[in-house]
Amino acid sequence: MSLAPATLRGEVTIRHLSKSFTLDGRPLPVLADVNLQVRSGESLAIVGASGSGKTTLLRILAGLDDADSGEVLIDGRAVKGVGSERAVIFQEPRLLPWLTVLENVAFGLDTRGVSRQEARSRARRYVQLVGLQSFENAYPRQLSGGMAQRVGIARALAVQPEILLLDEPLGALDAMTKISMQQELTRIWRDEDVTTILVTHDLEEAIYLADRILILPREKNAEPRLIEIDLPRPRDRSSPEFVRHREELLRLFGLH
Amino acid sequence: MSYENVNSTLGADFRLRPSATPRFASQVQAFVSPLLARYGIVLGFLALWQIASTQGWVNPSVFPPLDLILSALWDSLASGALLDDIAISLQRSGIAFAAAVVIGIPLGLVMGQARIVEQALDPLLQFFRQTSALALYPVFILLLGLGETSKVFVIFWATLFPILLATIGGVKEVDTKLVEMARTYGAGRLTIFRRVVLPASVPAIFVGLRLSATTALLLLIAAEMIGANKGIGFQVMNAQYNFQIPLMFAAILLLALLGLVANAVLVLLQRRLCRWAQPNA
Repeated sequence: MSLAPATLRGEVTIRHLSKSFTLDGRPLPVLADVNLQVRSGESLAIVGASGSGKTTLLRILAGLDDADSGEVLIDGRAVKGVGSERAVIFQEPRLLPWLTVLENVAFGLDTRGVSRQEARSRARRYVQLVGLQSFENAYPRQLSGGMAQRVGIARALAVQPEILLLDEPLGALDAMTKISMQQELTRIWRDEDVTTILVTHDLEEAIYLADRILILPREKNAEPRLIEIDLPRPRDRSSPEFVRHREELLRLFGLH
Repeated sequence: MSYENVNSTLGADFRLRPSATPRFASQVQAFVSPLLARYGIVLGFLALWQIASTQGWVNPSVFPPLDLILSALWDSLASGALLDDIAISLQRSGIAFAAAVVIGIPLGLVMGQARIVEQALDPLLQFFRQTSALALYPVFILLLGLGETSKVFVIFWATLFPILLATIGGVKEVDTKLVEMARTYGAGRLTIFRRVVLPASVPAIFVGLRLSATTALLLLIAAEMIGANKGIGFQVMNAQYNFQIPLMFAAILLLALLGLVANAVLVLLQRRLCRWAQPNA
């Protein structure tokens, strides 16, 4: 039982985070002194040109990579490595091809020692949530790209994380599937009490899904910018406010 | 097979009932055509053999007609003369193959995962792999004597490497993205091994197993041709010495059938274990 007050659940604080890679023997800074506060239950989108370090930032948050300096705090506690309060949805569904849909969704529960029976029934609930109940016993090979990604989403949600980390989760889908998945994510997040951090290169997706958008600059000495998207959900892509936000973002990227 | 053929084999009665014939013929055709496409060349070859031998196009004492070979096979099986040989051959290759599986798969799983172990052992492995097991057979005989041990060992030696190398390859080719995914769900090394690495390696391991099964039979015959007094390989040699050519071919045929059965068993096992990879599971 956590002693932290309930309002702190899923709060992420990033302090002075830096990371560089080595390229041809020379250090290549990817993240330079990033500071950020993600509120409990908020959905934050991280956008930026390629090379801006957005995926690196997410991987550090996930505990898959280590930062060179700085720290990540979750609900006030510094974290290192992976943790059960976080779940990651990757660009590829990353399903285990030898497991059925239901077994894949139960995977994260199995590895965390949830009893087989409990894991099955919880997995079944999340398979239903993403609308794949008639595919419970199908193998990943038999699914379309969109369906496979839904299974990946269900698997992440099934472990009931405080924080959901998404690395361009819809990036590999076709335009139509993408839009319907964005609508579905909005519906799912409305019902799940979870903080979401979404890395995307799709500005419209960021405006559609996020409460705030963090723009990572490619130049490491420039300050990252934050934009608040205060629109009611489900959002209307053609509303004047939506379009205004998109123009603002395009201008920031020098594209408008 | 054509329409006329069916009619001629079924007799004139069928020709009088035109309504029944086309349906029956098309059913036969639907059954026969795929068989013909697949085994047509084999059947053609066998037919050519039979005709060439009975017509004297080839020397029938070197290439006896098939019916003679088959009856030699039948006689030696029915009289029980070959059963002992089959049993001892199965025992030799079976023990060797089982030992190769029991040692090769776990060793391969470890070597595929631990880079240091693999790097240390790889040059040795490559060297042994390139050395024909048959070339080493005299060495094994020298060390282990001319009895069963050296025979089983030479087969084991030859079957070990395909299994070992296939397993190492399978483990090394496991999608690191899946391993990373498992890591984010808190899976430790052991869980990752059991739930990701092992199942992902199974198809590759089966490639090695099937290759090894073929190798086992190959080496079995070679081993049985040197200093054995029993076994199918011995019978091939022995029948040739005694100029019992139909029996020699019968033993060769038996070997081929054994190989086919071994492969079929492994394919069946693979289908059961890798249902997820089947196109129409």
